[in-house]
Amino acid sequence: MGTRQPEGPPPPPTVQRLRIRYAKRGRLRFVSHRDFARAFERALRRSGVPIAFSAGFSPHPKISYVGAAPTGSASEAEYLEIGLQTETDPEQVRAALDMALPEGLDILEVLPAGPGGLPERIEASRWRIELPGFRTQALAAALQEFLARESVIVERVTKKGLRLLDARAAVVSARAVEGEGCAILDLVVRQVSPAVRPDDVLTALGAVAGLDGSLTSRSMRLAQGRLDVTTGVLTDPLGPDRAAAARDGALGET
Amino acid sequence: MPVTSVFPQLEALLPRINKPIQYVGGELNAQVKDWDSVEVHWALMYPDAYEVGLPNQGIMILYEVLNERADALAERTYAVWPDLAGLMREHGVPQFTVDAHRPVIDFDVLGISFATELGYTNMIEALDLAGIPLHTKDRNNEPLVIAGGHAAFNPEPIADFVDAAVLGDGEQVVGDITDVVKAWKGDGEPDGRLGLLSRMAKVDGVYVPRFYDVDYLPDGRIRRVTTNQSAVPYRVGKRTTMDLDEWPYPKQPLVPLAETVHERMSVEIFRGCTRGCRFCQAGMITRPVRERSITGIGEMVDAGLKASGYEEVGLLSLSSADHSEIGEIAKGLADRYEGTNTSLSLPSTRVDAFNVTLANELSRNGRRSGLTFAPEGGSERLRKVINKMVSKEDLIRTVSTAYANGWRQVKLYFMCGLPTETDEDVLEIADMAREVIKAGRAASGHKDIRCTVSIGGFVPKPHTPFQWAAQADHETIDRRLKLLRTAINSDRSVGRAIGVRYHDGKPGIVEGLLSRGDRRIGAVIEQVWRDGGRFDGWNEHFSYDRWMGACAEVLPAYGLDVDWFTTRERTEHEVLPWDHLDSGLDKEWLWADWQDALSEQEQDDCRWTPCFDCGVCPGMGTDIQIGPTGVRLLPLTPVATGS
Repeated sequence: MGTRQPEGPPPPPTVQRLRIRYAKRGRLRFVSHRDFARAFERALRRSGVPIAFSAGFSPHPKISYVGAAPTGSASEAEYLEIGLQTETDPEQVRAALDMALPEGLDILEVLPAGPGGLPERIEASRWRIELPGFRTQALAAALQEFLARESVIVERVTKKGLRLLDARAAVVSARAVEGEGCAILDLVVRQVSPAVRPDDVLTALGAVAGLDGSLTSRSMRLAQGRLDVTTGVLTDPLGPDRAAAARDGALGET
Repeated sequence: MPVTSVFPQLEALLPRINKPIQYVGGELNAQVKDWDSVEVHWALMYPDAYEVGLPNQGIMILYEVLNERADALAERTYAVWPDLAGLMREHGVPQFTVDAHRPVIDFDVLGISFATELGYTNMIEALDLAGIPLHTKDRNNEPLVIAGGHAAFNPEPIADFVDAAVLGDGEQVVGDITDVVKAWKGDGEPDGRLGLLSRMAKVDGVYVPRFYDVDYLPDGRIRRVTTNQSAVPYRVGKRTTMDLDEWPYPKQPLVPLAETVHERMSVEIFRGCTRGCRFCQAGMITRPVRERSITGIGEMVDAGLKASGYEEVGLLSLSSADHSEIGEIAKGLADRYEGTNTSLSLPSTRVDAFNVTLANELSRNGRRSGLTFAPEGGSERLRKVINKMVSKEDLIRTVSTAYANGWRQVKLYFMCGLPTETDEDVLEIADMAREVIKAGRAASGHKDIRCTVSIGGFVPKPHTPFQWAAQADHETIDRRLKLLRTAINSDRSVGRAIGVRYHDGKPGIVEGLLSRGDRRIGAVIEQVWRDGGRFDGWNEHFSYDRWMGACAEVLPAYGLDVDWFTTRERTEHEVLPWDHLDSGLDKEWLWADWQDALSEQEQDDCRWTPCFDCGVCPGMGTDIQIGPTGVRLLPLTPVATGS
């Protein structure tokens, strides 16, 4: 069995790796990660981007995804990396993929991969969670209760059954901001396993302070990155790649 | 008048349900036209879940054909799952289209495509959610509700709920209907809804049930069907689209974001089939055979792949290996897409060694996993009854070739409960499967091969030679399937290499009731819906007891029961509920073919032998359109080498 080999030559190797930031917007926030992956692979084919494939009986396109936002959440900061079999201008790839994807799945930035891995540059997410009909002061009070605790255990129904997770421990910062007809929760959450999602924090707020916004809330991931513990700011995970590209560009011009 | 989107109300419900992506639209190649820029608005429905309905070719074709017209728009709607339906009722959100989320009730026409009768309860649910009165007689300004698809060849069970049914191919008739609606609106809607229906009844292929009355005999059989309007035809004939090359649809296949049952693009390589399998309604009602040309197919595959980004192409038809140039098509496409990870598939394969060669060719660029053959009947005698001319030797030779060529899995499809069937006929399937495995082990030289036997109950369908036949009761089906499983499992040397997949007999009885039912079944369908019946094609939602309960409430008033509609054999001169609907087949020919079936007489295919006078071509003014054309596919630049 182990001796079976696909016929024909092996696929061309990867000669270029590109890192991509994309957004999930509007009604397409209901796209699941699997839905996105399918749409992205088709967009690659349709746009003619020379994606590299793995070897074997069922070759797969070289795509690595980094932790996707949950179904129902919008995002301005989703990341993935692709391998190409032909060197291609990143901006051309951005435009071609953006064109091939439906409106609402938008390719924001494409950069050649610099040194170091992408997943290591992502530690935490900043979320903006709209709570229509809630007052900012009520949210602020609930947050105070919540942040005063050391841990708040919540339940989540998953495909594997009920799971318990600590919604408090992962929260780095949480503050209430005034919005139009809604309170806005500005939330920074560390990426832990199992992941703590905006919904879990809202469930926790319901548990500790009786503020239940989980049914009507709308969440959007604003940023992901490495956490600066002193300032609470997230550093752009594509920063090093952008710097490397600028350096190469400057070298190319001289 | 502008029509507003219900999306804001819907959006608030979506986080609370399963698979919200099925309701948001936004598919690649979906279209949203300006409401006020056109005169005629169509909502097209596939009455099953989005994941099943989206890939439906019929809906995709009509969607594009209608949207290409400057005076019309078409949007799509699907059955909503009970979790969302409950929330929609609670929050007053009506049935909507997924394209622009417009309320279905605001459209001029609601066209529903029925591939199976098990979608009837979903239609009623959609009408109710839309706010459209369930019965045609209670409607006024609401959309015209029109049924199409294969089940529309006997729309009598849903005659109370639909304003019209369309028989046959839809490409041209939707244009005719659009013209009629537009003219009627332009004329100031004379005589209201009845005025529109009268005009509709004059369109070739359109049947308006309320213009026909049904009288019954004291014993429950139909006495006669008469027209109650002067200008409607006594019999309504089906529509036939000739020259498929003129209708290269879908040009821009819809590509969903959500997961669906077919993740590939499809090209219909021909329509119709004259193999003459006597159980097959599709083969009977879609005659004659009309091939798309090899070049037309090549262009559709190329354009469709570019427009969709799919990596698999299905070459569809009722028996794809029968295309007169299938060898050239397979080779030409395999050459063209060599090295692009594009795979090609033929969904239905005949038992024939040539088909293995074909399958080898098509799988050159993809996986070689399983091949499917459909002998349908277990014994050679039974295969003569159903006119599926395959000998056991053919089958063993074919599967041996398949296994020798590296295919590891062969699926065999059968039916149980066919006319004249005995236990012995079904038990022969076990012998056949055993011999397949033995021959496969010999041919492949190893034991790592499998054979799956898939078997379900036979349901007699209108417009087929078996329309008079007694359907086997579900106890018989279940008993025979059990015998078969025991027989297969008893031989330990091969038992593990053979898998059996089967469907129990009860859903088939309900399908049979709806297939050959008449107008009296309408109240049963409505009662089932009132009792909570939805998604009857899904095991987890189907309830046999609910259907039998509704039948027990409704049918005794007519002195009838479920058996009368299903397991009762009809006699030659009984008026059948669909006799006034014309598929082109002569009733005399169908009866003669039924008698031939009972005496195990086979019937050849008219593509290769003289016409056997089934009646379709002269009656419908059509002709067989087949090649070979002798043309070859030109090589194209492969799609994956774009810059």
